[in-house]
Amino acid sequence: MSDPTPNTEGRYAGSRIRRVEDARLLTGHGTYVDDVVLPGMLHAAFVRSPFARAAVRDIETSAALEAPGIHFVLTAADLNPGVHEQWHTSIGPKMPETPRPPLAEGEVRFVGDPVALVVADSRYLAEDGAELVEVDYEPLPAVVDYTGAEQADTLVHESHGSNLITGFANMPASALDEVFDSAACVASETIHQQAVAPLPIEARGIVVDYARSTGELTIYASTQTPHEVRLFCSRLLGMPEHHIRVVARDTGGGFGQKVMVQRDEMVLMLAATKVGAPLKWIEDRRENLIAAGKSRHEHADVKMAFDADGAIQAAYIDFVQDCGAYPTPWPISAAASVGMLWPGPYRVPRAGFSVKTVYTNTVGRSAYRGPWQFESLSREVLLDIAARQMEIDPVELRRRNLLRRGELPYANANGMTYDNVSPLETFEQALEMLDYDAFRAEQAEARRNGRYLGVGMGNFVEPSTPGQGYYGTEAATIRIEPSGRVNVYIAGGSSGNSIETTVVQLAADALGAKLDDVHTTQGDTAITGFGAGTAGSRSASMTAGAVRETATALRTRIAAIAAHQLEAAPDDIELVDSRASVRGKPDAFVSFKELANIAYFNTRKLPPGVPAGLEASARYSAAVQTIWVNATHICTCEVDPTTGRVQILRYIVSEDCGPMINPSVVEGQIAGGTVQGIGGVLFEHLAYDDDGNPITTTLMDYLLPTSTEVPKIEFGHIETPSDGPGGYKGVGEGGAIGAPPAVVNSVADALSPFGVTLTRLPLTPARIATLLHEQRNR
Amino acid sequence: MGRNDGVGGAIPVELAINGKTRRATVEPRVTLADFLRDECRLTGTHLGCEHGVCGACTVLVDGAAVRACLVFAVQVDGTEVTTIEGIASPDGELSVVQAAFRDCHGLQCGFCTPGFIVSVTAFLRDCPNPSDEQIREALSGNLCRCTGYQGIFDAVRQAADTMQRGEA
Repeated sequence: MSDPTPNTEGRYAGSRIRRVEDARLLTGHGTYVDDVVLPGMLHAAFVRSPFARAAVRDIETSAALEAPGIHFVLTAADLNPGVHEQWHTSIGPKMPETPRPPLAEGEVRFVGDPVALVVADSRYLAEDGAELVEVDYEPLPAVVDYTGAEQADTLVHESHGSNLITGFANMPASALDEVFDSAACVASETIHQQAVAPLPIEARGIVVDYARSTGELTIYASTQTPHEVRLFCSRLLGMPEHHIRVVARDTGGGFGQKVMVQRDEMVLMLAATKVGAPLKWIEDRRENLIAAGKSRHEHADVKMAFDADGAIQAAYIDFVQDCGAYPTPWPISAAASVGMLWPGPYRVPRAGFSVKTVYTNTVGRSAYRGPWQFESLSREVLLDIAARQMEIDPVELRRRNLLRRGELPYANANGMTYDNVSPLETFEQALEMLDYDAFRAEQAEARRNGRYLGVGMGNFVEPSTPGQGYYGTEAATIRIEPSGRVNVYIAGGSSGNSIETTVVQLAADALGAKLDDVHTTQGDTAITGFGAGTAGSRSASMTAGAVRETATALRTRIAAIAAHQLEAAPDDIELVDSRASVRGKPDAFVSFKELANIAYFNTRKLPPGVPAGLEASARYSAAVQTIWVNATHICTCEVDPTTGRVQILRYIVSEDCGPMINPSVVEGQIAGGTVQGIGGVLFEHLAYDDDGNPITTTLMDYLLPTSTEVPKIEFGHIETPSDGPGGYKGVGEGGAIGAPPAVVNSVADALSPFGVTLTRLPLTPARIATLLHEQRNR
Repeated sequence: MGRNDGVGGAIPVELAINGKTRRATVEPRVTLADFLRDECRLTGTHLGCEHGVCGACTVLVDGAAVRACLVFAVQVDGTEVTTIEGIASPDGELSVVQAAFRDCHGLQCGFCTPGFIVSVTAFLRDCPNPSDEQIREALSGNLCRCTGYQGIFDAVRQAADTMQRGEA
């Protein structure tokens, strides 16, 4: 496997090509942000609030400044006036944003809120200095429980006038009363999801190097979006964009946390212009767990009405989400998506939603893989509750309601129109892979022996590759160098998602080049065109578009030069294996090397009108507004009713992401997301105590899934091409969306003989054991 | 000034790192991980938690896999340390374990990877014919957030099989 040879169709796309990233990463020669060392570089550490909410009366810095190796102690008074504008391109300047002071100004709003920045010769000394900064805090009442935030007298942001950030509904729940009142069956429940952290193994970090003499500023960043870091920084500092260069070579995971520029990074940008030396900040794990952002943490009252045959008549979700003190970005888009996507891949004739987002004195919400995934969690969990209520098999209930191909495109009742999806097909494929009937027989047998097995499933349809505004275009430059080797320059923003390999595969195919002849340069704003980076499961489709547009222009020129050389018609020129040959005459060819030699050094041999050099740049504009993806997850498990321990037995994903550019990359993305979803159900919890103190501040307290807990994942693929380039679809986020409901439903199914309903995550052994204990004593 | 400046006197250490003798003076509080990264410029040893849970900083000290964030540099005086940079052959050929990770998509962002490679290298040396259960146990001290461990399971199995067939 994975040899760099094209598949039987003569293409690299579709093959399990070995990753081009791996040689450096496997040998310890990657370049992550903490590996960047610049001459004279200084190191920064933050002083962070120990209180959920307090007034900052005074900051005493003199003791710290006298300590060895300390250069500066910077506070809000030093840095915050340097802010020119602060807004992200995807949000725009006109949204009613959360006020985001780089350093806390007058009031701290969560434990971990940055109050001062200590700059020293080393990180050790900076941390020593941070210990010596004396902040006079006056603790104030805090809003910790988000479910009471809207009614609380205490305000997280006085200037906002309310803890309700935004709230809107496409209709009140009462608008559907008539349907619900006359339905044969109504299932309703309140479903809660706890706070979790994206938790890349490399925490955040940034090096900022400002050269006063030239006015140029270079940033080395751990980011999913190098170009946005540059644009944001240019606005923040009021500095011309072309004076700023952002370089992101290797980024150690992001999962959404590294999409936006947060306050800590703003502080470093501002500070670097003052300290007169390159400045590095590398976040430690404790900071990452208290200050880098939380995700999920939400609940909803959900209800569905069914007719006597189990056909869904109506669905309503009343959703509330905790956004902490400083959500980044402005949270309304992901919250609205929860409502709009709630009907899922089902035939739901009437639907409505209400969504609310609230401030609390906890760490701000940040993006995390499938930011809207609560819609799938709550819908699929409710469907299983409804199936038990109606005494219909959960498979049968879903089969009756899943959309058929013939119904597409399908406009769901909340305003989303799906197309090119195959929800019934992935569902049936996954069931077949499991052998559902055999599992039910095994389950019955196990129950007779006092063992509790369960099966759970989750179907979803997700929007990938947003096609508008900031996300709507992607550029590529392809240069066939004078030696005939190919270099592809593309914005990138990889944080593990193999975009280098993807681009090399796509470009080799698009140009007819040998894979080994193609290299790609990404993550450097000085030499790549603007691109919105890794977000929204957009990289596959958008880079495919950018490579296609650019390669098409270049192919035309290659064909013209080769045709001139071979005395053939340009239309008869074929490009294969890094050479141009005449169709039907395999001996008549000219290699890319010879073509490049002509194009650069022997330009009199060029046909009339063909410019010198072999280089093209083009920008792809998204062909469609949204590329829809669907999948089915099925999980089986055994639950020990005494200890509450859940052991996953089998895990199956059938996904329709269209044709696969590299099946290993696709399955790797699905697996990673799936295990994050499993972690979110069974282990992970970014917890606070009642006073707003974070209590999971190490990886001993915040539990990630380990190798002993995850199942072997079985993959099935259905291939329905999208309308985008190559028919490709985005596959980065789906695993994290499909897994939570499948795992919850499998545990609930295992425990169905006990009559408990699972509506609150995480499903830790303690929670399950307690629920069963309470049920027995009822 | 480097990280070994500041409080406390510097202490001389001498050790072999990836086969080369290295003499230095380090402040007692400097961890082995920081010493390797900052003083020796061996930045393949990564820090993912700095409290001994994630395993990204795993190195071999006299052949034993240890977490370089939990050991002070002064504690490894007189030892032989192997970091991720010392795992491939001197001419750059990947080790059996490294090649298996590449073949099986056992890495994505690559940040945790050096720790996995070093841990697995020590594990397969001590347990050359592992069961799947033993592989899972052996990997449980290293955290990966990208792969869901799927490709890593396959990689360790492939590496063990390759070594068994004597192809190493």
